Amino acid sequence: MAQLDDKHQSQDSQPDSADAAGHGSIRSYTIGFVLSIALTLEAFILVLNHSFSHPVVLVLILIMAVVQLLVQLFFFLHLDRAAKAPWNIIVLLCMGVVISIVVFGSLWIMQNLNYHMLSPAETEKYMQKNEDL
Amino acid sequence: MLGRLNFEALVHDPITMGGIVAGILAILAVVALMTYFKRWNWLWKEWLTSLDPKKIGIMYIVVATLMLLRGLADAVMMRVQQATSVGDAHGIVSSDTFQQVFSAHGTIMIFFVAMGFMFGIINLILPLQIGSRDVAFPFLNSVSFWLFIAGALLINVSLVVGEFAAAGWLAYPPLSELKYSPGVGVDYWIWSLQIAGLGSLLSGINFFVTILKMRAPGMSLMKMPIFAWSVLCAMFLVAFAFPILTATLGMLSLDRLMGMHFFTAEGGGNPMMYINLIWAWGHPEVYILILPAFGIFSEVVATFSGKRLFGYKSMVLALISITFLSFVVWLHHFFTMGAGADVNAFFGIMTMVIAIPTGVKVFNWLFTMYRGRVRFTTPMMWFLGFVMTFTIGGMTGVLMSLPAIDFQVHNSLFLVAHFHNMIIGGVLFGYFAGIAYWFPKVTGFRLNERLGKYAFWCWVSGFLLAFMPLYALGMMGATRRLDHYEASMGWQWLFIVAAVGVAVICVGVAFQILQIVVSTLPSQRRSRLDLTGDPWNGRTLEWSTASPAPVYNFAVIPTVTDRDAFWASKQAIVDTKLKAVTQKYSDITLPRNTAMGIYIAGFAGVAGFALIWHIWWLAVVGVLGVITCIILRASDEDTEYTIPAAEVSRIETEFFAVRSQL
Repeated sequence: MAQLDDKHQSQDSQPDSADAAGHGSIRSYTIGFVLSIALTLEAFILVLNHSFSHPVVLVLILIMAVVQLLVQLFFFLHLDRAAKAPWNIIVLLCMGVVISIVVFGSLWIMQNLNYHMLSPAETEKYMQKNEDL
Repeated sequence: MLGRLNFEALVHDPITMGGIVAGILAILAVVALMTYFKRWNWLWKEWLTSLDPKKIGIMYIVVATLMLLRGLADAVMMRVQQATSVGDAHGIVSSDTFQQVFSAHGTIMIFFVAMGFMFGIINLILPLQIGSRDVAFPFLNSVSFWLFIAGALLINVSLVVGEFAAAGWLAYPPLSELKYSPGVGVDYWIWSLQIAGLGSLLSGINFFVTILKMRAPGMSLMKMPIFAWSVLCAMFLVAFAFPILTATLGMLSLDRLMGMHFFTAEGGGNPMMYINLIWAWGHPEVYILILPAFGIFSEVVATFSGKRLFGYKSMVLALISITFLSFVVWLHHFFTMGAGADVNAFFGIMTMVIAIPTGVKVFNWLFTMYRGRVRFTTPMMWFLGFVMTFTIGGMTGVLMSLPAIDFQVHNSLFLVAHFHNMIIGGVLFGYFAGIAYWFPKVTGFRLNERLGKYAFWCWVSGFLLAFMPLYALGMMGATRRLDHYEASMGWQWLFIVAAVGVAVICVGVAFQILQIVVSTLPSQRRSRLDLTGDPWNGRTLEWSTASPAPVYNFAVIPTVTDRDAFWASKQAIVDTKLKAVTQKYSDITLPRNTAMGIYIAGFAGVAGFALIWHIWWLAVVGVLGVITCIILRASDEDTEYTIPAAEVSRIETEFFAVRSQL
């Protein structure tokens, strides 16, 4: 019964040696870091400059946020190698589900709350505009 | 230089002063005792710097117990206030202190008692139960624990220096915004939760990885004990829900520190968004606490009924569906905020649906007992008490999931009674059962059963006395967080009954403390020593090793072929003496002690304190300290030590020699 396998001997640093190959180089971490900083700064600059209209700025910030999310997944969490580890994909999918529940659920709830809490004047305007009344 | 901090922060009303003086005297007494018995070095080397999850687990439970006493003191104050503050009388504390008391009570009980007990028990038992020597990231585990301590310290410092939040345990804006809470109270709340929450998130990831990667060979997911399954589900929730808390608290602190407008009504913010986000974390949090308790009960009921758990697969399925459903019900905490019937109906139905998997679990437990040889030990008593209180709580919960009824009882004492029903009768009873059940595995001796049963009866009857009147009061229109009411309401006698109930609970807590003290006395201990490692005739792997478990947990990692692995091996191997003689051992490598976790959390706590009081230079020092410590630790190559095979052989031979004489 000598099941002292490697897994249990090197459990401190890497629980799974298959993942060890997935760790990035200094170069990939630096690229990820610079990209993340650039995307964050860009969002600030967009807001401070007032060079686009309000809805355009919102959409651009949203796009940059999603791009940054992917940058971090790729450069910091190394999910480009996910194919080798089924658990990575499962957890990633779960993350997608949870994020969409929270994001779309919140949008639905807040939109509904806003609709029900309009002032009488706003209600009239809204109904004329959107409900042909 | 010192930001907002000045001498006025140390001035308090008499009751708070009394608490502070008592607290400081207690600390001085402990320090004096430690110095007299020359135990500081021992404490530092054997405990504080240890990376052994069993020791970290014990430390979690000790701290959670201390915090339980603090939270209980708050509860007593609230009950006395509400029982006496009628008509012309104004009770024992001012309105402002009362608000701080209920805010502190809620925050402490959820974040530092329930979470502390939960992570404590998981640390103690999870690696043992899945046949592992350690958690996946032992150092991270120590960092998590010390971040939890840093958060707990900040919340207690607020008692002495400054004030605590008076905005409730979830600090809803606009009340928690700078305009209405200009003091440091809300900042204390934010930073203590932010730091402790970070620790919880790291722990969540740690145990999630531990379960996925470190199970003993042969233990597929469907052969895992139910407690491990419940932890897997709870840690999944931690990993996905706590980031929402961090982000929400982050936005609230940006509002308060940098004049932003995420949750203010002016400047385009929306306080309703805070309530939405905090409950998107808050509801999964409830299930984070209860799922491990479900797991504990599953182990307890199977062991003490002498039967395999009924409906294992349906148990797993129920856990997974609860995990998923817990993410789609959060609006039921704010049905009355103004959403339309469509939204309210959706979340109401989702809430009712959760009752189905939960009901499945209750029936599975009852069927496990059916035709079993039930032993009525203390853990089993907690289980039976739980079935009663949890069912009452579940029914009131389903009642409130109907938006139309919720509109009547929202923010009333009915709600307070409901969630205490779930958290005391569900979560706390579960952890008490777990502590009584696994106590011999950790210490090597069983607890005194008689005192444990006294404690149980006090808790159950005290609980019913304290909270059943609150259901009635809620129906009569008493709102929560009430520090004064008129005699003509006719509520006082019910509040007095509730106060008596809390007194009975206090007696129960006294019995628990007495139970531990008495059981630890050498004369008492001798009669209840556990020399076999298996005092309850257990079914899972943690009972296959010695009690207390050796530092390496298993000299040889077991191979699992069956669901109740240890039970199966007990049926197969008759002669344990033979096993001991023929066993060959190898060297075992374990992580070395390190104080780096203490330093990292210490700097984090300093940074939190500095941000609360706007001492900017100190905040920079704190953050730089954290980063430096992480770099130092990351570049440390010498983090492990080896126990030679001969030493392992000596420890194991001794254990088997004692066991074979029985």
